[in-house]
Amino acid sequence: MEADPAGVLTGVHYFDGDYACGEGAMAAGCRFVAGYPITPSTEVVERISQRFPLIGGTFIQMEDELASMAAIVGASWTGTKSMTVTSGPGFSLMMENIGLAAMMEVPCVVVNVQRGGPSTGLPTMVGQQDIMQARWGSHGDYEVIAFSPQSPQEAFNLMIDAFNIAEVYRTPVMFMMDECVGHMSEKVVIPKAEEIQVVPRKLTTKSPDEFLPYVPDENLVPDFARAGDGYKFHTTGLTHDERGYPEMSVRCQEKCVRRLVDKLRLNADKIIRFEEEKTEGADVVLVTYGITARVARMAIDMVRKKGVKVGVIRLIVVWPFPEKRIRELAGKIKAFVVPEINYGQLVLEVERCAAGKAPAILVSHMGGGVHNPEDVADAIMEAAK
Amino acid sequence: MSMVIDRPETEEREHPSAPFLRMDRIPHIWCPGCGIGVALKCFATALEESKVDLDKTAIVSGIGCSGRAAGYMKLDGFHTTHGRAIPFAIGLKMGRPELNVVVFSGDGDLVGIGGNHFIHTARRNQDLLVIMVNNFNYAMTGGQNAPTTPAPAKTSTMPYGNFELPFNVAHLAASCGAAYVARWTCLQVRRMTKSFKEALLKKGFRFIEVIAPCATLYARLNKLGLGLDLMRFYHENTEIRHGADTRDVAIGFQDKIICGKFVDIEKPTHSELMHAHYRKILGDRYMPTPPEGGMLRGKD
Repeated sequence: MEADPAGVLTGVHYFDGDYACGEGAMAAGCRFVAGYPITPSTEVVERISQRFPLIGGTFIQMEDELASMAAIVGASWTGTKSMTVTSGPGFSLMMENIGLAAMMEVPCVVVNVQRGGPSTGLPTMVGQQDIMQARWGSHGDYEVIAFSPQSPQEAFNLMIDAFNIAEVYRTPVMFMMDECVGHMSEKVVIPKAEEIQVVPRKLTTKSPDEFLPYVPDENLVPDFARAGDGYKFHTTGLTHDERGYPEMSVRCQEKCVRRLVDKLRLNADKIIRFEEEKTEGADVVLVTYGITARVARMAIDMVRKKGVKVGVIRLIVVWPFPEKRIRELAGKIKAFVVPEINYGQLVLEVERCAAGKAPAILVSHMGGGVHNPEDVADAIMEAAK
Repeated sequence: MSMVIDRPETEEREHPSAPFLRMDRIPHIWCPGCGIGVALKCFATALEESKVDLDKTAIVSGIGCSGRAAGYMKLDGFHTTHGRAIPFAIGLKMGRPELNVVVFSGDGDLVGIGGNHFIHTARRNQDLLVIMVNNFNYAMTGGQNAPTTPAPAKTSTMPYGNFELPFNVAHLAASCGAAYVARWTCLQVRRMTKSFKEALLKKGFRFIEVIAPCATLYARLNKLGLGLDLMRFYHENTEIRHGADTRDVAIGFQDKIICGKFVDIEKPTHSELMHAHYRKILGDRYMPTPPEGGMLRGKD
């Protein structure tokens, strides 16, 4: 479906990643946002609260992040594309209801403009320390999809993809920005509405009498009935059967939760996205994401000038992780180098997938700034020996 | 103490509220002598008598004994997370403004873990009917102390008796700005039903507290007898005082329970204020979310 032109601010703009993220959401058709102020994400909701009354959207500043997340799950049940926006401490507070969204299978987008942690940490300074939390933060077995943009333009573009894929798999999508991308101002080109494809909610075609809310289709995704259309369905965070009725049994848990996880695991190849550059014949492969991918460009140029064969995997979708590709490369290269603004998170995933065939070397920055490209270059040189 | 008597032979008939209930989920999980079923039956009757559009009515519950209510009503029913029924309901209502949204949950859920949402939603006067079954304890988890437990009642986490000061929830709701506040015991089924009906047809933040016996835990731990004994207690110790100053309606341990309709005022709701404000500031440029919701419709 073509995007609703009301939400698309066609033109060439110069604004920061937070604004670009907000514009991307509106272009994608987001019409409900609940949020709570937190640096460095606040500009996203400031942009939205200014534009929403003009485009048919509703913004509400809730009393906390628990409420914000709960509200977008509720709003999404009306078929309205919904989003909340936060940073680390708020992300922690949202975790329980992210689990609810996963369990109820509600499409929604959660933006986390990452800052340094733990706890209150570095409110105004960059971090990439929530990347594992995005994957594992809520309790129980579930899978998520997480994006990681490296520029304001990409924040705009990927926001549309994030909303679309949330609809396709009826799942919460984590949009893992970082403070640098959020506060960096660059050129952002917003195309015409008719050039933007949005995925509408997949409503059931069954009548209320024959509809069951959790009967999966061939992609393991159930059809959706929205609140207020006469379906009188029931949904719960409890383990449930195809009627959406709670059932506390081993059998039901097996069926309900295994499908929930398989829905994304078995479709992972369709979701995984990364850019790959010069990995053929490379000695070292840099695995990178977010702002660190931008910083690493300089390091890559430096070492290539010195004749080092370095390839790059830049993750656009961080979760699900490109497990197979890392495994294939591991048998052919000397080492992976993983620069991250944390003390080692995604490097663990690279290490797991490399399964001992190639070491995964972390270049850690503890947060508050980005890497010195020379540190990344040194690590690559060392790994290439 | 009450006696258990054999049930007389009766013919099989459909429950009068069957059209409003998920009969395929009956029997419910509530204990014999519990008051939640009474409140649910009154709500079903109120739905019938108020003639609200059931297709456009949603019920949202949190977690706990009363939190199971959403699962028994034949409506769009949402059983959410602990304490978050109100903000979830806000999302439903703002996402599709034409919906009637009812929150049906317990005291621990709504004013314990969910207290922040309760006060802010009342402050904004958001369009929500909140029915709170107050059984003075966390019953689902085994009778722990609640923010409503009167002193010095015993609970499983206050085995020597509660020394904390409880909430007077009716006063909390009223002082935060609720448009409608009432309280009934589970014995007052007709008045409770009338209140539900009245509140279903009203706008703004409407709060109804239902005092309910918890025979299995609260009553047992405090040696108050069975459900029927508590009903007798309500019969002998309830005073109806419409329009009472909510400062005077706190509930003491086995003390007189003041019931009635305490607040019923007209004031602009959150959405009315929002629409009026944006229309004034933005004029024709204001585009509100349509009543049927913010779902995208457009060309394929």
